[in-house]
Order: sequence, then C-alpha cells, then structure tokens
Amino acid sequence: MILPIFVIIPLAAAFLISLLGKRIKNLSDLLANLGTLGLLIFSLYSISLVTAHKVIVYKVGGWIPPVGICMVLDGLTSFMLVTVNLVSFLVTVYSVNYMERYTDKYRFYTLFMLMLAGMNGIIITGDLFNLFVFLEIASIASYALVAFGTGSEELEASFKYAVMGSVASSFILLGIALLYGYTSTLNMADIASVLSVKSNSMIVSFVAVLFLAGFGLKAALVPFHAWLADAHPSAPAPISAMLSGVFIKTLGVYAICRIFFNILGVSSQLLFVLVVLGLISMVAGAFLAIAQRDIKRMFAYSSISQIGYIIFALGIGTPLAILGGLFHLFNHAVFKSLLFLNSGAIEYSTNTRDLKKLGGLNSRLPVTGYTSLLGSMSISGIPPLGGFWSKLIIVIAAIQAGHVWFASVAILVSIVTLAYYLKFFKNTFFGKITEAWLKIREVPGLMQLSMIILAAICVVSGLLLVPVFKPFLESAVNTLLLGNGYKDLVFGALK
Amino acid sequence: MSVYILCFVLFCIGLYAVLRKRNIIKMIIGLGIIEYAVNLFFVLVGYRAHGRAPILAEGQGITNMVDPLPQALVLTSIVIGLAVTALIVAIAIRIFEKYGTFDITKIRRLRG
Repeated sequence: MILPIFVIIPLAAAFLISLLGKRIKNLSDLLANLGTLGLLIFSLYSISLVTAHKVIVYKVGGWIPPVGICMVLDGLTSFMLVTVNLVSFLVTVYSVNYMERYTDKYRFYTLFMLMLAGMNGIIITGDLFNLFVFLEIASIASYALVAFGTGSEELEASFKYAVMGSVASSFILLGIALLYGYTSTLNMADIASVLSVKSNSMIVSFVAVLFLAGFGLKAALVPFHAWLADAHPSAPAPISAMLSGVFIKTLGVYAICRIFFNILGVSSQLLFVLVVLGLISMVAGAFLAIAQRDIKRMFAYSSISQIGYIIFALGIGTPLAILGGLFHLFNHAVFKSLLFLNSGAIEYSTNTRDLKKLGGLNSRLPVTGYTSLLGSMSISGIPPLGGFWSKLIIVIAAIQAGHVWFASVAILVSIVTLAYYLKFFKNTFFGKITEAWLKIREVPGLMQLSMIILAAICVVSGLLLVPVFKPFLESAVNTLLLGNGYKDLVFGALK
Repeated sequence: MSVYILCFVLFCIGLYAVLRKRNIIKMIIGLGIIEYAVNLFFVLVGYRAHGRAPILAEGQGITNMVDPLPQALVLTSIVIGLAVTALIVAIAIRIFEKYGTFDITKIRRLRG
C-alpha cells in the first residue's frame, strides 16, 4: 500500500540523518533530497490512484476503522500532498547550499523531515486524535526550526510562537475531548455518521468554536496572527518558505476544510464567520505589509493577507469559490515559497534584509531578480501568471454569490498587494546600485535551480484550469462539496 | 458536574497565567496547567462512577468498566506535553543568556 509511505519516508530519513549525519559528510543532503524526491514522485502517483479508485483507505495494523486508525486518500488529500511535497522538494534542493551559513546542517534536516512527516500525516490521516498527534509533531519541529539560528531575535520569536501554538493545540485537544464525549468515537468518518443521526446540540457548536480558534491560530487568521510576523522572518529562509508556503495551509486551512466541511458539517453562520475572518485578514495583512522595511517581514504579512483570500473563498462556499480557494492555495504555496527563497538569496549575497540599504541588485543578481519579478507579478495578479487566474475565480465567485462589496474589497486588496510588491522591487532590484554591492556574486547553482523551477511553475500554473489538468483540482473540490457524504465514501471503500 | 466545572476553572487559571504573567517561567507553568486541565478533562470523559478497571478476565462481562481509550490518549498527550515543555524551557534558558532577564516586557527586539 502506498499510503503509509508518506509518513514512513520522512520519519525514516529523519532517523537516519540524526544517526549518521554527523559522521558521514554530505549524507544528510543526499538523504533529505532523495527522501523529498521520493515523496514528490509518490504524491504525483497518488493523483492517478485517485482518478482510478476515487478513495483508498488503509487500515493501520489491520484494525477495522471505527476501532483502529485508518489513513484515507481522496481528492483533497492528493491535492495537498502534491502541493506540500513539491514545495518541500524544491526547498531541500535550495537548502544544500543555503544552509552552509549555519552549523549543524544535519540537525536542520532532521527537524525538517520531522516537520514534513507531521504535515504529511495530518493530510493523510482519517482519525481525529491521530491528526492531533501529527499536528504536534509538525508544530514542535517548527518551534525548534524557528529558533534554529539561536540569535536573540530567533529565540524571542520562537518563544512567542511556541506559547501561542501550545495554547492553540490545547484548544484543539479540548475540542477533540468534547467531541469524543459526545460521539464516543474518534474516526472522522464515524464521527460524521454519528453526528448526522444525533440531533444538533450546543456541544457541536462549542466544539466548532474551539476548532476555529485552534486551527485559526495555526493558520494565522487575523485576530490570531501576531506570532506569524515574528516567527516566519526569524527562521532560516528555506524554513520561512516551508512555513509560509505550506505549513500554515496544512495545519490551518486543510484542517479547517476537512473538519468543517466533511465532519462537523457547515452551516450558513459558520460560512459567514469564515468570510468575515477572511476579509479582515486580507485587509489587515495587506496594510501591515506596506509599512514594513524588512523584506521577510513584508512577505510574512503578505502571507496573512493571502491566507485571507483562501479562507474568504472557502467561506463563500459555492463550487466555483472553493475551486478558486484551493487553486489560490496551490498558487500561494508556489509563489510565496519562491519569494522567501529569493529573500534568502538576497540575504545570502548581501547579509541584509533591510529595504533601505538595498538597491540596484538586478545587475548583480539577475536570476534572483527575474524569478522574484515573476513571483511578485503572480502574487499581485498580473494576467498571464497563476495568481491572476485564482484571484479572478475568487472575485467572480464572490459576485455570483451576491457579495459584490466583498468582491470589490478583494480587488482593492489586490491593488494594495501590487503596491507593496512594487515597493519591494523598486528598493531591492531597481535603481542605482550602492558601492557596497558592486562585488557581490549570484548565488550557487542549486539555489538558482530551485528558484527557476518555482518561477516556471508560477508561469504555467494557470494551465491547471485547462481541461486536461482540471481533474487534479476538481477531485479536491468534489471532496469538499461532498460534505457529509465523506463518511459513505470512506465506509464504502472498506467493504 | 462540579468536577467538570472545576476542570474548566483550572483551564482558565492556566490561561490567565499565560496571558497576564510577565515572568516567562510563570508563563511556562501556566502552559503546563492548561495541558493538565485538558488531560484531566479527557480522563473524566471516560470515567464512570463506581466503574472498575477495564481488564477483560475470564467469566466477566463487559459491564461497568471505565472507558480505557481516553486513558491511552492522555498518555500520548502527556508525552507530547513533556516534549513541548522541555523545548520551551530550553528556549527560555537561551533567552536568559541573551537578554539577562525573564521579564517578557523587556524581551522586545522584534516589533512592527
């Protein structure tokens, strides 16, 4: 069976790297890259499995699901797996050269692979408590990775992040305990079937609020966003790319989607809450981003704003809006990790991230310059690039659903996004080059390679809407639209 | 019912410590209190009055047992709590080395 492989590969890689990485030079690079490449290949293969079988259930240890733990592969799962493993493969390729700046590279890879194991586990599991365990694995690894530089700022950011993250995890665990007390089962599909029989009670609403607070904090929606702007810029650049690119989406958006759409069931009030949270995040993130001088801090606030778009689209809840939201999730994973890798390349060459000190770098760092031009254009929604199509779909869906005002806010925020990316671009790559940067050289080959690949994906990702590739997105959308039918799908696959 | 309310009060005490205390060690203790309040609640979910240990011996029916599943889950959750606490304490020690204080209001180099 293919399903447990997504957890086994990164766990085994983490184990081997921590055991042998110190003694054998370059082994950690090799193992980490082979591991993530393998995961990418398996996740691409999972797309064809989903088209053939629709849903696959793996019984861990041979126990039948309501009793034992199961792993479920469906459209949404394989969509998220491809997104996560694509970004993580390119990030490990980038880290080979970039992490030479730090000592103890093998420890970095160990934590990285543990974080990846946690994220893949969250995506693939079909059991609520198992989801919590994987969530904690990923979170603990990310607290340690944020503090990886062990400077005073990194430690401060990591402490804030760890305290807020642990409180969020406690909320989630409390929600799981209440849900277990109400339904006396932990299997996601089984919870859904018990809830559909039982009459709706206040407990389910209370659990929904607890989950919204817990996962909303992990996703950095606006009332809960304070940790992100400290934690993401303080981490090493590859980790910033992972955290902003896929981490907040897996722990936050994916978990919200799965739990609310497929298990607890969505109501119009809940969708409205999601729309409002999305809108606030969108606007607040964008305006906070404009004022920043630190490149990575600007990108971090921009992540809050873009997560707002995704949650907003999911909150509208029509098929087209969900398609737009998930498509934007994929696009954002690609271009935000590209931009964070660019900021890492700038820091690698110049040792600063301050917008006021940079300028005219395009002549010295052409690859970084052009790839971040593509990334910035895509995120601010310039037509042929991927980000334009996803934002267009979200806006059209909002207008169709009758939210004309909300749609115009989304367009305005998109313009603000363009403004701060122009600010970033003008201050780093255009203008007159300062004396200090005349001698800098372009970053090493592997870093260039991963940035170029990500930029290329930015250019072509609009093709995902072409009928040939559309099933990839549509099977994910259909999983969410099934709603409560998820349980029949899972139990049907068991028979 | 009163045990559940006391459990919730414990949770709120932990939350108060995390939110209001200035000393980061006290915040970490607050996190511990939150974790244990949730663990306690989880065990209480599986408790039944005058229940017996869930061991299936010969000649005994499955009646009047406490639910063993929450206990197993809470064991996992305690181990996770240990890992989080150890990591946060390690970070707090490094923060003290860098800043020379445990006061959260003085640990403010990141802003914006």
